[in-house]
Amino acid sequence: MSSVLYDAQGPRAKRRNVLYTVGFLLAAAAVLWWVITGLNDKDQLTWDKWKPFLGGTEAWSTYIWPGLQNTLKAAALSMLIALPLGAVLGIARLSEHAWVRVPAAIVVEFFRAIPVLVLMIFGLALFAQYTNVSSDDRPLYAVVTGLVLYNASVLAEIVRAGILSLPKGQGEAALAIGLRKNQVMRFILLPQAVTAMLPAIVSQLVVIVKDTALGGAVLTFPEMLASVSPMSSYYGANTIASFTIVAVIYIAINFALTSFAGWLEKRLRRGKKSTGAVLPPAAVAGTASTGASV
Amino acid sequence: MFDFLDHYDLLGAFWTTVQLTVLSAIGSLIWGTVLAAMRVGPVPVMRGFGAAYVNIVRNTPLTVIILFTSLGLNQTLGISLGATNFDIINFRLAILGLTAYTAAFVCEALRAGINTVPVGQAEAARALGLSFPQVLSLVVLPQAFRSVVGPLTNVLIALTKNTTVAAAIGVAEAALLMKKMIENEAQLLLISAVIAFGFVCLTLPTGLILGWVGKKVAVKR
Repeated sequence: MSSVLYDAQGPRAKRRNVLYTVGFLLAAAAVLWWVITGLNDKDQLTWDKWKPFLGGTEAWSTYIWPGLQNTLKAAALSMLIALPLGAVLGIARLSEHAWVRVPAAIVVEFFRAIPVLVLMIFGLALFAQYTNVSSDDRPLYAVVTGLVLYNASVLAEIVRAGILSLPKGQGEAALAIGLRKNQVMRFILLPQAVTAMLPAIVSQLVVIVKDTALGGAVLTFPEMLASVSPMSSYYGANTIASFTIVAVIYIAINFALTSFAGWLEKRLRRGKKSTGAVLPPAAVAGTASTGASV
Repeated sequence: MFDFLDHYDLLGAFWTTVQLTVLSAIGSLIWGTVLAAMRVGPVPVMRGFGAAYVNIVRNTPLTVIILFTSLGLNQTLGISLGATNFDIINFRLAILGLTAYTAAFVCEALRAGINTVPVGQAEAARALGLSFPQVLSLVVLPQAFRSVVGPLTNVLIALTKNTTVAAAIGVAEAALLMKKMIENEAQLLLISAVIAFGFVCLTLPTGLILGWVGKKVAVKR
């Protein structure tokens, strides 16, 4: 027993634990039974409903794969655009000049206080009214715009926290050997901060992937979640099966990313070459008013 | 300039947002605490369940969960949560989905808080002969809660913003109203500014007030 919260268990505690285990398993079994009979009553467990996914490739190639491609495309585009923008905003917030620092702070705090969905809806209408982006492309543009605005602000905080997490001597020593301020940032601080920030950036990617689903549900962006309703009407009301398959894919992608972030963090902590400053995935949460990675 | 607002129930929409936030916050605080207790407890099956729940829910998009409550639970399985009115059913389903999702983050925040409580506290409590539920509820959790006010505030603010996802199943909250107003009116920038202002009004004070509370109640060590 490694926990300090309870003692190593004696015979009585062990017996009680067995009792709790059995009670919990019975309760779980009851819930499971209720779910399964509920599903069965509505004919959701018949092979017909699951066959499109488990017994063939048509559903995958017609519905899921194109949707997944759009999901990944939107997520990748958002990350690629948000990253440099976030770096610029984050560095701007550390500037010594108030006229750079204050506007950057306002932009960051503003976009972090607003729901991504509101930004996406705004983006969709903006592209419709003020540009001539074709109506097929608009949802993608809107989703990416919303995600970029929000995530650039979150990444700005990650960059700022990453740079502030470095030992003070790094910047001071660099200034002492005569580097300019922007050289200090480019050659000394940023390269070290980037390694420290990597886990936090990777777990922000999870947030982006999850938020692309909003585009499918509200903006008619043809990503993976949006493929559920055409799929379930084509294959005969197999809503539960379609949802399960799509959810499993999301979970698999995000679980891989989360695990990768955790592994990166551990590895960077062990590494001898770095300064030892690592920004864990949740580190940004404490820096300002808005919730990251939720 | 603001004439068009008379045709819409702006305050009503934001009131729905607030209701969604508060009710889901209470629900997820309770469920999240139960999950955290399971995850640090002595029963391996409960620990496994807690870990599995958190890992699965954290990695699922909230949109999938909310849409599932409507299309899956309600329309396929016929669960209506004791309501007959379509609007009320969707409102309750949204709270259910938001609670299930947010609880995973509350659980993780609390678990991190439990880790900040010095080992000696739990050891002293055990030396007094307290059982695990007593150690947790009388000694460790009260201190853990005081140290996680900050992280929980972040979760609450994220929850406030996440309530907009309920628009996906037609709950008449701020984002849905914004969509409707943009479709009917021409003042895109003005509408967006009003909605954005509403959310800033909800999230910024929450952050400031609870940030202050967090500093007040933090255990000085």
